[in-house]
Amino acid sequence: MTVYYTKEHEWVSVEGEQATVGITDFAQAQLGDIVFVELPDSGKQVEQGGDAAVVESVKAASDVYAPVSGEVIESNQALVDDPSLGNTDPEGQGWFFRLRLSNTSELDALMDAGKYKEFCDAQ
Amino acid sequence: MVPFAGYRMPIQYEGIIAEHRWTRESAGLFDVSHMGQLIFAGAEAEQALETMLPADLAILKDGRLRYSLLLNDQGGIVDDLMVTRRGDHFYMVVNGATKEGDIAHIAERLPRGVVLDHMKEQALLALQGPKAVEALSRLAPGVEALGFMTGAAFDLGGASAWISRSGYTGEDGFEISVSGARVAEVAELLAAQPEVKPIGLGARDSLRLEAGLPLYGHDLDTDITPVEADLVFALSKRRRAEGGFAGWHRIMAELESGPVRRRAGLAVEGRQPVREGATVVDEDGDEVGKVTSGGFSPILEAPIAMAYVPAASAEPGSTVRIAQRGRIFEAKVVPMPFVPHRYHRKGAA
Repeated sequence: MTVYYTKEHEWVSVEGEQATVGITDFAQAQLGDIVFVELPDSGKQVEQGGDAAVVESVKAASDVYAPVSGEVIESNQALVDDPSLGNTDPEGQGWFFRLRLSNTSELDALMDAGKYKEFCDAQ
Repeated sequence: MVPFAGYRMPIQYEGIIAEHRWTRESAGLFDVSHMGQLIFAGAEAEQALETMLPADLAILKDGRLRYSLLLNDQGGIVDDLMVTRRGDHFYMVVNGATKEGDIAHIAERLPRGVVLDHMKEQALLALQGPKAVEALSRLAPGVEALGFMTGAAFDLGGASAWISRSGYTGEDGFEISVSGARVAEVAELLAAQPEVKPIGLGARDSLRLEAGLPLYGHDLDTDITPVEADLVFALSKRRRAEGGFAGWHRIMAELESGPVRRRAGLAVEGRQPVREGATVVDEDGDEVGKVTSGGFSPILEAPIAMAYVPAASAEPGSTVRIAQRGRIFEAKVVPMPFVPHRYHRKGAA
């Protein structure tokens, strides 16, 4: 299992052809209290960099982009029911959706944990 | 920290929801020093202010304050404010983002004998919540005797302070005017009380929204009248009958025939908030109004909003449709405040 990160502060954890996507701890701290998420339905095709989900905090609404292209195979109902999981455990129980990757070479464009940390520190 | 009305201010300390709930359960400390604090002195001050405000200042007793509106000649709202009779002068608190414009507007209309002093060196704190009285009376004994919308001078930790029992959260609480030179130590003293935590701009907004209180520049502006804004309570009886304030004719006509649109409170279906800028639409999807404040209520745990809607749809129980980013939301018009006010009114008002 390898975890990659985007400049839009999503993480994607890849195991074979399956990927789990969420927002990073940095992102949830910026957003503040999350009160609503809208997640894609299973079967939906998403494209790298395209809109995939919506997250709303008390402050504002933000789009969550697909870090990689693929077909949505599951979304996290527990997060829909309790959006605060996105704050308390963003990189664990607060995951957003799972994908079947359509193009694993897209992962090359993403950052690893070390590079992402540097990226955040520079923000 | 974010830029706000020319100041740098914190959106949050520990989190908007936590700060919001703390204020409703205990006491929150707000730095509102960006707001403008003005003094009007001179024998004709009362008369002069009555030409700009629809408040009955003649019956305003010493040490009492009123919510009022600075109006333009079309009856539009230039600002909303608090005005206090304080001995031989009036003390007024206006919004931070509008204070320079207010001063220009007022100065043009003041007779020569009335002196306007903008107290730029004066800071303002608000201590709000059910335990505010407990915390503040420890430091400034006697504040517990103030009733809602009254004020007096106190010693607060060695600093002289003007303290009124007022605020903009819907809770019991106080607003504390002290000199900028002393405000840091006063704030630290207040924040050191076990009931008190500092509160940022984010919770300030969500608290006033739950309390149904309009925010200038969002829910009120120069194109909106007090009748449209559902602030008819700010038009006092004598002033309505006698007139003599800016916009009177327009406002009276609107009171008579009813406004075309009105500010209404909305309970939005589902969990997703609608925000300022979302539109109110009719069956055909045509715009008939707009959302001016919207967010998630931490107390109701549901999205709430204020919107200008056609007068026919402004009564509680009506349903309206909101369009936001290509999606339609159903909302029900509900009475405001969304969360009951808990002001400290003395006796039966």
